[in-house]
Amino acid sequence: MENLGALAVLLAFCIAIYAVVASVVGKLKGRPYLVLSGSRAVYAVWILVTAASGILVYSLLSSDFRFAYVAGHSNRDMPSLYKFTAWWGGQEGSLLFWSWILSTYSAVVVWTNRRKLREIMPYVVAVMSTIQVFFLLLNTFLASPFQMLAVDKVVTSVADGLGLNPQLQYYAMAIHPPMLYLGYVGFAVPFAFAMASLITRQPGDAWIHTTRRWSIVAWLFQSCGIMLGSAWAFDALGWGGYWMWDPVENASLLPWLAGTAFLHSVMMQEKKGMMKVWNMALIATSFFLCIFGTFLTRSGVVSSVHAFAESPIGKYFVGFLALGIASTVYLILDRLEYLKSESELESVVSRESSFLFNNLLLLASCFAVLWGTLFPVISEAVTNEKISLDPPWFNRLMIPIGLGLLFLTGVGPLFAWRRTSVESLRRNFLIPGVLACALAIGLFAAGIHNYWALISFGFCLFVASSIISEFFKGANAIGQKNQINFVHAVVELTHRNTRRYGGYLVHMGIVLMFVGWTGSAFNTNVTAEIPVGGSFELGKYKMRVAKINTGENANYKWDAAVLDVTKSGSSIGQLEPERRYYKAAQQGLGHVALRNRLDEDLYINFASADEKATVVTLQAYIFPLVSWIWIGTLVLIAGTLIALVPSKVARQYARTQVVGMAETPVAIEN
Amino acid sequence: MNKYVKFAGLMAIIIGVLIWLATANVAESQTYYKTIAELNHMSGQAKEKKMRVGGDVEKGSITRKADLVEFTLAQDNLHLRVAYTGRDPLPDTFKDGAQALADGRMGADGVFRANKVQAKCSSKYAVKPGEAPPGLKVAPAGNKSI
Repeated sequence: MENLGALAVLLAFCIAIYAVVASVVGKLKGRPYLVLSGSRAVYAVWILVTAASGILVYSLLSSDFRFAYVAGHSNRDMPSLYKFTAWWGGQEGSLLFWSWILSTYSAVVVWTNRRKLREIMPYVVAVMSTIQVFFLLLNTFLASPFQMLAVDKVVTSVADGLGLNPQLQYYAMAIHPPMLYLGYVGFAVPFAFAMASLITRQPGDAWIHTTRRWSIVAWLFQSCGIMLGSAWAFDALGWGGYWMWDPVENASLLPWLAGTAFLHSVMMQEKKGMMKVWNMALIATSFFLCIFGTFLTRSGVVSSVHAFAESPIGKYFVGFLALGIASTVYLILDRLEYLKSESELESVVSRESSFLFNNLLLLASCFAVLWGTLFPVISEAVTNEKISLDPPWFNRLMIPIGLGLLFLTGVGPLFAWRRTSVESLRRNFLIPGVLACALAIGLFAAGIHNYWALISFGFCLFVASSIISEFFKGANAIGQKNQINFVHAVVELTHRNTRRYGGYLVHMGIVLMFVGWTGSAFNTNVTAEIPVGGSFELGKYKMRVAKINTGENANYKWDAAVLDVTKSGSSIGQLEPERRYYKAAQQGLGHVALRNRLDEDLYINFASADEKATVVTLQAYIFPLVSWIWIGTLVLIAGTLIALVPSKVARQYARTQVVGMAETPVAIEN
Repeated sequence: MNKYVKFAGLMAIIIGVLIWLATANVAESQTYYKTIAELNHMSGQAKEKKMRVGGDVEKGSITRKADLVEFTLAQDNLHLRVAYTGRDPLPDTFKDGAQALADGRMGADGVFRANKVQAKCSSKYAVKPGEAPPGLKVAPAGNKSI
């Protein structure tokens, strides 16, 4: 069976090469059947990669410890769910998982466009298959998941495997990598369409309209992936935080920042025919940052607390990135005349300009994170000294950038296209502005003297109230006209233009997340070493160690500290932080006890115990407002889903304001 | 004023502020990666920087007394005594034989004062691709375990 798996991957590799060659040659020589065979090859690759993945998953589930991968990442006593998730728990498996998602996406793209876009599809297939060839190359020759354990060329097995890293045995970790990968790989689709449209010198924006949904879906997956990773760090790792600017975290954030910039700036191209070169550059940047992110997490180029293998595949990634970026730059430069802007900027206070500054800030933050992440590599190359930049450096840059973006979130959508009059500025911003100032002054008077926090809370209220007033105005107009109640009118309003109002909801989610992040300015914590029966305090909370429970299951042994918790003197029940000792991995791990409330979370980590478990070390943290980060994430997801629903009224973007445009208005499906 | 001048001015201000934020007092948030060998050859002034040293925790070298944890890091047959003075408990992965990174400053007595220690069980999870992880007991050939 292992040979079948390896054979499937090898065959898929060959067929993917065929798909590239057949599509391009068929198109150039005008042989439709050759082109068709190229598209069919995409399905064949999918079947083969799926079969290979199936074999790997089967061997994981059936604990076939002859496989080096299975022995290294699974064991008998792990629940089946985690045996399954071991598919992407290690290097080789996760690369196969990448290939599988890419082949699935490719198959879906080929299927949904089988009767459309004849001009560019062969090149779309070629670009996607080229990426596939690269990943299958890794899977076939460099990091095969089908390596067997052998002694003197005789295949052997081991009695039991090492098990999945205990820190990864957690629900959010089961779905975090797939989400992130779905997002990473998702950007390959718009990228392939963009490149295909460049190669064939398409004049219009067909690639944008075709891949608009793909971009949003990829972005959504990536947002979910990042936030799940953050939630996992918070809930499962026990170091009392959700983000520490670790290279692996940064790797997931980079393409998200570029992708967010792309989602905004394509609107400029759709509506005004501007920024065409920029959009090409942005989608390419997003995609290559996805590859770069995979490279960072898989090559050990920057040391990270995430224990990933150092491996020789790094230089292949560098080669692939260099080739890819060089060809993209060449394509864009060579076809500049097809990417001319159709209109120009008119005023600093306009929608166009707010998009411009949004892009500037997003890209600046992207560059800052990239710079900070790669600083050890850069400094080693320049000064021969490896220097890393600590989290405070990131915070000092990212807090002002984040607040700038938050501000633009509020003002941007209310600016008119072309230019905004002073009168409309006053009408739109007077109330939110006054509210925001009042809040900041009120909080200052209440004793909050952290200026960043005051600015942030002020901006949050400013943006929130301007979004709410947008819904209010629109719904009132519809309600009065159609004699329907307010709630119904809000639904109707949103349904008429899902992209706009879904987008507002996404902005609202971001505002709520900012509220949560700002809460971190007021975090407090204490570490206490206490015997059973003793107690310790943090803020209004008092924790008494009532007893220590112990137990054992097949996977791990555990100690649980039962704490009686009181807040301002009145009992709020018990919390039970646990300390687990995973047998297969021979590793201890804290299991945090959390009390979630909207105003603050109480978070207790069982850090260690002495041998007889009579004296325990506990860390208690108070995280004000942290729940709003997760609530904001849910709002963001809801808003994105709404934006994906087709609008009730099929709108046309008439580019009436465009000077010298002879093109007919472009109809857009959503 | 020309609108392009306005745009250029605004962008220049934003980028300028960001560059200033990124470079001002950057030394405070820099940590130097050093090997134990490099530490031994450093002059007095250079030793005052914040540094990060890596190595394997020597077996049996961890001693705990009150709040202080001391251990020895080994790298290429060179040894460094580290005193951990941080407030947080050491990570779960910190134990004999683990790969550890210690952040801190060099003490005048030749003991490295660490305020942060990261550790990973490199022997377990960072297996080189295609190799059996060390510590796996290989069962006799033919003993299939399905």
